[in-house]
Amino acid sequence: MVVLAATLVGAAAVAPIVQIVLRAGSQGWDRTAAIVLRPRTLDLAINTLTLTATVCAISLVLGVAVAYASTRIALPAPRLWIVLACLPLAVPSFVAAFAWASTWPRAVGFWPLVVVLTVTCVPLVTVPTIGAFAVADETLADVARTLGRSRAHAFVRVLLPQVLPAAGAGTLLVALYTIADFGSPALMRHQTLTTGVYALFRSGIDRSAAAAMSLPLAALALSLVIAERRLRARGGRRPAAARRRPPHQLSGPGTALVAAALSLLALAGVGAPPAALVRRSLIADRYPSTASDLAGAAATSLALAAVAASVTVLLALPISHLVARYRSRWLAVVESATVIGYAMPGVVIALALVALSLAVLPFIYQTLTLLIIAYVVLALPLSVGPSRAAFRAVPVSMDEVSRTLGRGPVPTWLRVRLRGALPGIMAGWLLVVADVLKELPATLMLRPIGVETLATELWGKTTLGAYGAAAPIGILLVAVGVVPALILARGIRTPGTADRSADR
Amino acid sequence: MTRTRTRTTLYALVAAGSAFALAACGGSAGSAESSSSAATSASGGEGALVVYSGRDEELVQPLIDRFQTSSGITVQVRYGSTTELAGQLVEEGAASPAHVFLAQDAGALGAVSEAKLFTTLPTATTSKVPAKYTSKDGSWVGLTGRARVIAYDSQKYKEADVPAQVTDLVKPEWKGKVGLAPSNASFQAFVTAMRLKDGEAAAKAWLAGLVANGAKSFESNGDILEAVNSGALDLGLINHYYWARSEADPKTLRAQLKFGAPGSTSALVNVTGAGILSAKAGPQAQQFVDYLLSDAGQAYFVDETYEYPLVGSKGPANVPPLAELDGPDINLSELSSVKETVQLITEAGLL
Repeated sequence: MVVLAATLVGAAAVAPIVQIVLRAGSQGWDRTAAIVLRPRTLDLAINTLTLTATVCAISLVLGVAVAYASTRIALPAPRLWIVLACLPLAVPSFVAAFAWASTWPRAVGFWPLVVVLTVTCVPLVTVPTIGAFAVADETLADVARTLGRSRAHAFVRVLLPQVLPAAGAGTLLVALYTIADFGSPALMRHQTLTTGVYALFRSGIDRSAAAAMSLPLAALALSLVIAERRLRARGGRRPAAARRRPPHQLSGPGTALVAAALSLLALAGVGAPPAALVRRSLIADRYPSTASDLAGAAATSLALAAVAASVTVLLALPISHLVARYRSRWLAVVESATVIGYAMPGVVIALALVALSLAVLPFIYQTLTLLIIAYVVLALPLSVGPSRAAFRAVPVSMDEVSRTLGRGPVPTWLRVRLRGALPGIMAGWLLVVADVLKELPATLMLRPIGVETLATELWGKTTLGAYGAAAPIGILLVAVGVVPALILARGIRTPGTADRSADR
Repeated sequence: MTRTRTRTTLYALVAAGSAFALAACGGSAGSAESSSSAATSASGGEGALVVYSGRDEELVQPLIDRFQTSSGITVQVRYGSTTELAGQLVEEGAASPAHVFLAQDAGALGAVSEAKLFTTLPTATTSKVPAKYTSKDGSWVGLTGRARVIAYDSQKYKEADVPAQVTDLVKPEWKGKVGLAPSNASFQAFVTAMRLKDGEAAAKAWLAGLVANGAKSFESNGDILEAVNSGALDLGLINHYYWARSEADPKTLRAQLKFGAPGSTSALVNVTGAGILSAKAGPQAQQFVDYLLSDAGQAYFVDETYEYPLVGSKGPANVPPLAELDGPDINLSELSSVKETVQLITEAGLL
């Protein structure tokens, strides 16, 4: 039953990709080959790979460092640092890129883009890693220290392996986000496979060329997913009951330095973009939005995001439950299937859904139902990942206790498994909310007529070149996105709270 | 405490989500048998005129509001980019809920026309516009004109320094200094015009020359103007109104415009236009298109979007009049051979 449900969700998630492949082939495979196998594809692939590798490497190191600093080092106002680490989730990368480009118009290209993407993506690593540090077993590290190993050695050999699966899953999301992002590479003028797909798509009514060009992207996404699975399989399971110690105390200047570094990163991620937007709005005043437009768009954005996230979380449950508990080739296929949608440019998925829905379910075309389905396809892995980790963290022994006490399998699942995994599931829900708030291409194409979100409002201004008028919308979009980021930060278990809940 | 509240919130949301999913299933079961009328019901509201607009909401919604007030007809507009909407129309085919397509360039209109989705407009409508600026077969009608120009950094160059022929941009003195938007419909329409007027070989050589001369690719005309205006780029190929309707007074901008030599391809004037999508659209669609060509409609475009009117002669502020521009002798409905142009631009390595 559950396997069937998981398979159905996986199949639904992969349907748009199948449509794209068929579309790419519809004009004959030699035409597809002519589009895919040319020097420009290689150039774009190299651009994409170097960008992704760089952003991922920096995000991984930075994310683990920030997670370590904000959980394992004693700092004043400990919650604050976790909140700051989450906040950049609220900033769409295209808003950050725009802020950068309007401040330093000449400084665009590879490295500025790396900075923008890293700063906006690093919470995808930090957030799950904070969770992993919160439950990591430090007794082994203590043992290593007593055996005369340095702190660094103990960290690398004992602590790091325990958080690496979570950090790796986060890094996968960073990689997928980077390869599918259009807005920031376009603004920073670094051409990637995704900007290549957009260019082809926009230059022809004939979709097959764009579909063909997105095949290498799908292949790249799939190999990333497989690579991450390999790495994850090598990481051991963490012990069910761990002993944790209070965060360790640095010297005064050391503490100040760490706090300053964390503040600087947060400032770059969530402070600088709105500041640049405000500066911009001061020098231009045409095409302003009315307050009621903005309020309506903000309400629509929030409502759509909340519903889409709830549906996504529900649909992700069977998959994440199964993947956390069992290992099978089939489950691996299903789980990987859910990831590809996230890694494809939104416009490609949106077009596939236009064709699919008109062919299969014409009555949902341009309704909210189809829009929600699109969001689910685009955001499924954001929910599957954290839920899977959360399910896995519930010890099997607790199940067994519940069963011995005479509870049936379903009540046991609900009372023990679901309840235990709830913080992780909630984290997934919030990640989806933050993602849907920022979604643009699918929203533009699939929304019912007259439905405006903050992202579509922002798009409307920027296509006009009315960047001044776009600024308040961008700031509002960030402000609305801060809400899920804040809740997410509140929900993260720090070592202290984790201990308390373990006592219950 | 926090945990309890979080859990309650989650349960509430999950419940809401399930209710929504159930409602969606129920809804789809109920309307399955009436899927033929789905297109109209999906667009919401019986009897409303549905317009797909590739033109920006900020620019055309006020005009549409005026039309609604004066005619009493309800208009629902789906906004998007011209090419994306044209693609969507082709994808939707006969199932499309749209009645009118309002597009930013002749190429996209031509492509929808080639997919046989437009009905033929009456001569009374098409004859209002000079033949040069509208379709040959009456499948769509031109509404406004837009000139191709070179935006230049006025802090570095005087107008006389900037070439009046885009073909000069492949000269060594402009190496690495020129920006263009290869995926943009206006740029592509320009290359098509060059193919038609100066020949395939000339267009191909020009593109190759630009690539060899280190021309920089941008995503849009807006990005190019932004780059020139901030001093990040010396010259950029754009349309005149990006500058004319800019968010600050255009005369005060760092970016200024150079118009192409009269009569040459460099002086190309492209058009925006509209077509009616299906016979079932009814007289309302025709009324709407006629309103766009009326004095009120044309005056609106001149004053608010700074485009050239195709009916009447009063041009927009700050730019030379249409007659002075003297665009090349090309029938714009021939600009629909976008596919061949895209092929050429792709081969040049710009796409």
